[in-house]
Amino acid sequence: MSNKNSNFSNYFHRNGRALGSIGYFILLMVIFFIGAPEAWIRPNLHQSVFVMMPTLIFLTIPLVFLVASGEIDLSFASTYAVAAYVFALLVKNGVDPGICFVLGILTGAAIGALVGTLIVVFRLSSLVASLGMLFLLRGVILLLTNSRSITIMEVENHWIYPLLVGNFYGFPMQIFWAALFVIFCYYFFNKHVFGIHIQHVGDNTVSAEQMGINVNAVKIKAFMFVGVGAAIGGIFTTMITYTFFPTQGFGYLLLALAAVFVGGTPYWGGLGTIIGAVFGVGIIAYMEIGIIAIGWSGEWRQFFNGLIILLALLGHRLHGERVR
Amino acid sequence: MENIIELNKVTKRFGGITALNKASLKVTRGEVVGLIGDNGAGKSTLIKTLVGVYSPDEGEIFIRGDKITNWNALKARESGIETVFQDRALTPQQSIVKNIFMGKELRYPFGFIKEKEQIYEANRLIREIGFTSKLINAESPVGNLSGGERQGVAIARAIYNNAELIVLDEPTNNLSLNETQKVFDFVLNVKKSNRSVLFIGHNIYHVYDISDRFVILDRGEVVHQLNKNDISTPEELMKIMRETIKTH
Repeated sequence: MSNKNSNFSNYFHRNGRALGSIGYFILLMVIFFIGAPEAWIRPNLHQSVFVMMPTLIFLTIPLVFLVASGEIDLSFASTYAVAAYVFALLVKNGVDPGICFVLGILTGAAIGALVGTLIVVFRLSSLVASLGMLFLLRGVILLLTNSRSITIMEVENHWIYPLLVGNFYGFPMQIFWAALFVIFCYYFFNKHVFGIHIQHVGDNTVSAEQMGINVNAVKIKAFMFVGVGAAIGGIFTTMITYTFFPTQGFGYLLLALAAVFVGGTPYWGGLGTIIGAVFGVGIIAYMEIGIIAIGWSGEWRQFFNGLIILLALLGHRLHGERVR
Repeated sequence: MENIIELNKVTKRFGGITALNKASLKVTRGEVVGLIGDNGAGKSTLIKTLVGVYSPDEGEIFIRGDKITNWNALKARESGIETVFQDRALTPQQSIVKNIFMGKELRYPFGFIKEKEQIYEANRLIREIGFTSKLINAESPVGNLSGGERQGVAIARAIYNNAELIVLDEPTNNLSLNETQKVFDFVLNVKKSNRSVLFIGHNIYHVYDISDRFVILDRGEVVHQLNKNDISTPEELMKIMRETIKTH
């Protein structure tokens, strides 16, 4: 019996936060369903959520890794645009879009490495330094493009378009890529040395260092992963709309961060949940679209976004404070 | 009995200060040696020399009878010497199994972790060392454990790292009687498995209870060594300690 208890409490320790955000998600769906049942059974509402979700997933899930390692990054919202810019510019200049895609992602990784190295080597506050980087990179983009967008209709005729963002029996392909990304990240975070080391580093940096973990390398890799996620998100969006906008990605900054914390990953490091973050993304995406569907004006959206974040944080308090 | 490690007239200086002065110490297989001395007596320099953080300026170090040159932390670990420092180097939000394998995970190719094997091995280790509560298993978070039990996790990790000699730096500091007893049980189990323990402590009573042999350190010198058989009470040990330090 007691053995069963310990297994139960261990299970709760591991999965409580993910279960919490699944609970909020279900609650939100029920509220929306009661509020506007006729809007809710129409498939086009869910379709628009599914279009929005993949981008947000590519941004949010890597942030779980970074937050669990005890750091934060805001610059990803600009990295998103820089990688998309590199992609669009190269496509426009006749480079094979497949190669452009790879180069765009490498750009994201390189920016992540730069931000991470800056923060880790000079011991900067990741919040403030990445805030600076957020503006700096956006500034670079605006200067380089003269605030003009780039249209890349030619990408549609390349095999990469149907593969990445095409239509598969009515479902946008990016949903499958996002799902694959989530599955990969679940194992990467929970069953891979990288994820485990991230959790140790975020939990107690000194202990991790004493046991031979290269703390700086782990943190820089986490920043790089965020850069890669942002690049994928940015390039996908650019392909879907055939257009690169110099301001793109800015709107995702707060939404992606909100999804991480609503998803149940605590801000203090050492813990994180991939499944929770997926439902966090679900909550944020449905909030964005559901408020309109329910028949309320768009002005309510921000209000409810804020309310949801606060309620979710209060709910996650049930899992207790940081253990030391 | 085989000597695990022997320090012979080891001297360590920092600038003009002699932190260790011709200190000699040996630990044989399966014994618990208590290292006592006041603050500033050189305990921490001696430990750090023993585990290879410092290399001695003079003197010799023997591992199982063989003289070792260029002593360093890597050689110490390869020789089976593991230290559990005061803060224990644990990550409290993670499970026992993750802590035991921290930095030395069992891996498949591409870095994925052999989770089942790790859990099996961690459960075996914590039972071997003396965890009896059914409420605790390898997947329990370390943060739910008491101070003594956390010490146990750190000791279990040292055993997993093939420790022959485990150096415990003030393991009973800030622990209640009950928790101290748990740590003693862990140490006795380590001894039973034919490994050795160097137990460093402030509290003479704790050191007296658990050790087979005592080494008294003062101002960087080993001023006295005696077996537990030589004395019968902790008070006697205290008296000897006072006298040797005074006459020294």
